[in-house]
Amino acid sequence: MRTMVGRRARLDRRTAALFLAPALLIVCLLVAYPIVQTFWMSLHSADGSRFVGLANYVDMFTSPDTRTAITNNAIWVVVAPTVVTVLGLMFAVLTERVRLVNAFRMALFMPMAISFLAAGVSFRLVYDEDPNRGLLNAMMVAVHDTFRPPAPYPGATVREDSGLLKGADGAIIAGPVQAGEPVSLPLVGIPVAHLPKDAAAAAAAPAGPGVRGTVWRDFLRGGGGTPGAVDAGEVGLPGVTVQVLRGGEVVAETRTDQHGRFAVPELAGGGYSVRLAAGNFTEPFRGLTWLGPGLVTPALIGSYIWVWAGFAMVVISAGLSSIPREAVESARIDGASEWQILRRITVPLVRPVLIVVAVTLVINVLKVFDLVLVLAPESAQAEANVLGLEMYHASFTQLNTGLGSALAVLLFLLVLPGMAWRAWLLRRNGRGWDGR
Amino acid sequence: MTFVTTEVPKLRPAGTVPIGPPKPSLGSRLTRRLAELVTRVVVLGVTAVWLFPTLGLAIASLRTAADNSATGWWTALARPSQFTIDNYVALLSNQSIVRSLWNTVLITVPSTVLVVMIGAFAAYALAWLEFPGRDWLFVALVGLIVVPVQVAIIPNARLFGAIGIYGHIAGVVAFHVAFGLPLAIFLLRNFFRVIPRDLLEAARLDGGSEFAVFRRVVLPLSGPALASLAIFQFLWVWNDLLVALVFATSENAPITYALREQMRAFSSNLDVIGPGAFLSMSVPLVVFFACQRYFVQGVLAGSTK
Repeated sequence: MRTMVGRRARLDRRTAALFLAPALLIVCLLVAYPIVQTFWMSLHSADGSRFVGLANYVDMFTSPDTRTAITNNAIWVVVAPTVVTVLGLMFAVLTERVRLVNAFRMALFMPMAISFLAAGVSFRLVYDEDPNRGLLNAMMVAVHDTFRPPAPYPGATVREDSGLLKGADGAIIAGPVQAGEPVSLPLVGIPVAHLPKDAAAAAAAPAGPGVRGTVWRDFLRGGGGTPGAVDAGEVGLPGVTVQVLRGGEVVAETRTDQHGRFAVPELAGGGYSVRLAAGNFTEPFRGLTWLGPGLVTPALIGSYIWVWAGFAMVVISAGLSSIPREAVESARIDGASEWQILRRITVPLVRPVLIVVAVTLVINVLKVFDLVLVLAPESAQAEANVLGLEMYHASFTQLNTGLGSALAVLLFLLVLPGMAWRAWLLRRNGRGWDGR
Repeated sequence: MTFVTTEVPKLRPAGTVPIGPPKPSLGSRLTRRLAELVTRVVVLGVTAVWLFPTLGLAIASLRTAADNSATGWWTALARPSQFTIDNYVALLSNQSIVRSLWNTVLITVPSTVLVVMIGAFAAYALAWLEFPGRDWLFVALVGLIVVPVQVAIIPNARLFGAIGIYGHIAGVVAFHVAFGLPLAIFLLRNFFRVIPRDLLEAARLDGGSEFAVFRRVVLPLSGPALASLAIFQFLWVWNDLLVALVFATSENAPITYALREQMRAFSSNLDVIGPGAFLSMSVPLVVFFACQRYFVQGVLAGSTK
């Protein structure tokens, strides 16, 4: 019996060695040993020829490029896992109470299938700055213009010799004005495309009581005409908001008609001025420069959230399904609101799952690379920099293997707690993992 | 609990009224209805938000460059005459793009097959063979799962240069296999452990070698685990950009690398990038829709990487 056990053990060992050999050979040669080498190289100069001690690490924390990368990574690590986990929880709770959840789940999980490159390309189309092309800005402009209609004549201005004043805020002022004397407000700088369809031939305001005048496009195609005078062929500007002021106070407000005329008949006397409010000429709202230096990191995090929210939802859903129904039911009968149920019962019960999701995401976010490289345009790459990307540039663009290795080591040290946590989970659940 | 509440009414004496939760008032019923409506709207809205980016890419890839630079993809929904497959026709006659698509296959298939095969052997040894230091070896391998790729690329680039596979598909595959193995071993070992010991012992008593036990008993029972792992590894390699950037030259590069080159001038190259990106993501999407269960399991298992 004893010899049999001994033979068996020896046989086991030989088979184990045989079965493990290819895997161990590859992992040791291409993963484990290179880690040691990278540590060693991080203590050497850019071309690896001289030993420089910790100089690369000092560089890493003092050079502005790497500092940006470290700061951005910190933002990523704090924001992305938090938002993804919270959204995942919300979506998981939502799927508990809606029918036809499958389509919802599939839509949310689908981004996990595609590459960060494809996600980056998709989001270039979302974040495009031009509201005619970028979905997000198109939506923002649509919402903005609903609540605050765009100015009718953006960029319109006056000729230098017209006698009109252009206020610092962009308003155009004529004055002093007497009631009964028509005021001329010739404007230029209005492209034909901006003219409203109902704009008709400009007409000088007829003499009459009150403050009156004409606002028109003082420009003839091909030249000609007298500046400051209404010439045949010039077009009135309808819909301009005209304010009449006296002593700095607005005493009346009206709009021009389709010939560009306006009149406030009830005003008499003099000392007025006429102001075309700045709101007539402000540039239209065009959304935000999502991929510009200021917003690029939040925008990138937004697309990362799009990719990973489905993952969080699926994991948390699985956690939710193991919550005893009675706990929730009895709380509901006791009159607890849905919010109370979520906060007092659901969240505490799925907390372990939430932690698993968040830690998994932290490890993943630390390594983010492709998304930044692909989605951030060339002009914003520096501001969007993260450790994984900086490591690549230091090593393969600047060919500084010393600094590159130091950055890699930093990345490695940052995921080390994650590694330890996994090993700890494995030991704690030693029996659980394989169901024994 | 549920057992009791379903049984009680049957035993109820004649004439008594069943006790249940109080009938909800009209107000609370209305609130519930409203809450339901709000939930439904939110779910629809979120679904739309999640579908738009990919939908936008798909539609943009079916519009001409001129249309794409003038207007947003959503205008095509109102004017379907904008749709054209010209971009795809042009793309498929673009030698370098077709080649990079083919390279993606040449990189992904061996990387997946090798990881599953080599990993399965190692996992079997760690699951069912007795040898000293087994558990430590396993824990060490598990630790390697989260190691960032960056920590190993410079030494490997040198090593591959020295043995002449730097820039070749073989180098890309070798690196992917090495970084895929720890997770593969972890997943398969855990799965193999669940196979009842009796089955293995029976096969051994029948005189089977360990290899025979592995092949005749363990592998046939491990279909789901192998499928999940293969899908995850496949996706990981198919979607990779970093390893390709480091270890491939442009003629051996996968589609992700080729498209990234085009990204420098995004708007003017959208007629190449759009259809290229959509083709490259269509394969993972087909896998996703075709084998959802294994897909989800694979992604969840691999998420720790």
